[in-house]
Amino acid sequence: MFAEANRRDFLLRGLSGVSSVWVASHWPAVLSAAAHAREAAVASEPPKFDFFSPEQAAEIEAVSARIIPTTDTPGAREAGVIYFIDRALLTFAKDQQTVCIDGLADLQTRVTATFSGATKFSDLTPDQQDQLLRALDEHVASPGRGAMRNRKASNSFFESIRALTVMGFLIDPNSDRRGNRDAVGWKVIGRDPAHMFQPPFGFYDQDYPGYQPNPPASGKAGS
Amino acid sequence: MNADTPTPKYKTTDEVDFVIVGSGAAGGILAKELSTNGFRVVVLEQGPYLTEKDFTHDEIKVMQQDLLTNRPDLQPNTFRKTPQEKAKPQRALVYGRLVGGTSVHFTANFWRFHEIDFIERSKIGAVAGSTLVDWPITYADLEPYYTKVEWEVGISGLAGASPFDPPRSKPYPMPPLPVKGGGVIFERAARKLGWHPFPAPMAILSQPRPGRAACMNCGFCLGFGCEVGAKSSSLAYAIRAAEKTGRCEIRPNSYVHKIELDANGRATGAVYFDKDRNVQRQKAKAVILAANGAETPRLLLLSANKQFPHGLANSSGLVGKNLMLNSGGVATAVFDEPLNDYKGYNVSRVLHDFYELDANKVGFVGGGGLDARFDSTPIGFAMGGLPPGSPRWGKAYKDLLAHNFTRTLEIFCHGTSLPVEDNSFSLDDTVKDAWGLPALRMTYKDHPDDLKLSTWLAERAKELLDAAGAVKQWSYPVQEQQFAVHLLGTCRMGSDPKTSVINADHRTHDVKNLFLCDGSSLVTSGRGQPTLTIEALAYRASDRITHLAKQG
Repeated sequence: MFAEANRRDFLLRGLSGVSSVWVASHWPAVLSAAAHAREAAVASEPPKFDFFSPEQAAEIEAVSARIIPTTDTPGAREAGVIYFIDRALLTFAKDQQTVCIDGLADLQTRVTATFSGATKFSDLTPDQQDQLLRALDEHVASPGRGAMRNRKASNSFFESIRALTVMGFLIDPNSDRRGNRDAVGWKVIGRDPAHMFQPPFGFYDQDYPGYQPNPPASGKAGS
Repeated sequence: MNADTPTPKYKTTDEVDFVIVGSGAAGGILAKELSTNGFRVVVLEQGPYLTEKDFTHDEIKVMQQDLLTNRPDLQPNTFRKTPQEKAKPQRALVYGRLVGGTSVHFTANFWRFHEIDFIERSKIGAVAGSTLVDWPITYADLEPYYTKVEWEVGISGLAGASPFDPPRSKPYPMPPLPVKGGGVIFERAARKLGWHPFPAPMAILSQPRPGRAACMNCGFCLGFGCEVGAKSSSLAYAIRAAEKTGRCEIRPNSYVHKIELDANGRATGAVYFDKDRNVQRQKAKAVILAANGAETPRLLLLSANKQFPHGLANSSGLVGKNLMLNSGGVATAVFDEPLNDYKGYNVSRVLHDFYELDANKVGFVGGGGLDARFDSTPIGFAMGGLPPGSPRWGKAYKDLLAHNFTRTLEIFCHGTSLPVEDNSFSLDDTVKDAWGLPALRMTYKDHPDDLKLSTWLAERAKELLDAAGAVKQWSYPVQEQQFAVHLLGTCRMGSDPKTSVINADHRTHDVKNLFLCDGSSLVTSGRGQPTLTIEALAYRASDRITHLAKQG
């Protein structure tokens, strides 16, 4: 988690000029939100599962670790995505419990049918795991913009775990959803975990000389 | 709510001066102005009263669970392209469902309409397949109110930077927000092409104001509520100002479903479900609907009675019709180096070179503007922000997310929607909401010129991205719209009671003490950013209504 001192410092600097009454009335809420997230993080150790059995959790975690694998950077496993999914299935994604449990049973069947001697997805090699997941991937086209407004529950095990894994990897780590532990998901995609920034923001605005006036327009545009 | 504010609690049996339905862009300003002018006001808002401390960057809560927006689980919609079709259930619109309305979560692009938007019909003549007409007021009538909005609500911008801007009586009250990487890329490429980019006018504070911080560039802007009051929503300014008068009560969780008339044909107040779904009747001397361009006409249609069997104030038959959504395409690109445009507000540069196109040259009516933006938050980006055909899982997916998230820029096109009478909000004949009321049904098929315009603007966006040296760019073909964010034109203003629903004072032609003011009042769609015009109309309507009320 990012340094609280920095956040506080930024917030106070950003607030210069704001009435002290406003700060007094809002500061505790801002602080308590951060504190709550911290407590939730602490309270979840040692982590335990509320929905999954430890065996189920190991299987789902193995699937999510192929959706966003650990490479030279952290993946779903390091982000604690499994804890996010465990909570999701008891909260906003309740309607996907059946899909997950039925999908696990189906996965089990596929494991034993495809790889003789194997009993668990989590015991397979990454290549074997990918082979099974490719068969489950229905290649749903990207919904494009507005993806998050679509609340239609997936009835595909793979789609459900895929979406929950992505969410668990990239959710605001300050939320109480137990995902994106230590903001590792945000760091992987290059999102600084802070919530307050000062320009310049990136490469292209670092040498910006300031806005220069336009030359006058020559007649009506639109040819 | 501020603890030090003596906000009144009126009884439903108290006949207040005004009941206002809706607390968004228009409702908030009407409440502030009318209570400041000495009137007793009750604002009925269907959504909750959330404040800065309730806002969060939790994408699931805000975007997927609609913390701030209309709820498809409680308020289903249906959609069809033409009145001949049977509408199918599908989410057809998003609007803010909380105190402050859509102004709480919007992008905060804040363009004035130009002179042409009020007089386009006279200037270009009749347009086949469109009910395009002039407004009964002009840009000059509204100019003082545009200025009033900009100064009171708090708008950042640079006056005179666009050579296409209409005349203004005052500059912006504060300088533009800091440029973003995407804005720099946009500005350089546009200048190369001979176009005239300028700092985007935004309803976001670049300098602090009493009780409100300047933007801290958190990056959770479009779709989210601002925790520090920098976004100039009705919640951040007008609602608080209204409450400070001591004459305005904001009553949340109050879902108005009927306006009743007395024997003399005057509105008696508003009938609503309270949070426990008990029916309440707030009495008032006059009623103002500012419930947005979907819910205002729906409420009139729900209020049909013996005198108005086709909907209250609907003698014209135009309530709900002439819906305009604004047109536009999108082109997206990836650049070599990190822009980090996830930081900050969404849009830092705009251009209006194509605001007023020559129909004889381009072959269609209308015009538009382009903006440079990145408005994706992390999950939304991972779900829908990669180029078509990208991997969806595994190392290649992860690598692409890691590369593209900081390097992606979108060019958004915003343009005209021509009014078409069949495009509408109406009551669905089968689907009901959670309160048992007919669901909103949207009927929409873009005028052919709107589609041509969108495609034309998207070509300009691609041209710009080429000039900018994008490594990779893509766009999707322009399609007919089935999803509404801008809700415009559905109770249009006009002088003739046969062809409009309200007059230039926002008074309905049919009911003397019933006024409508929100996106539904607009006669034309402008070029894609209606909120400033809605707020300017609300300031003007407040003056007109105050004048009329003082006359009795």
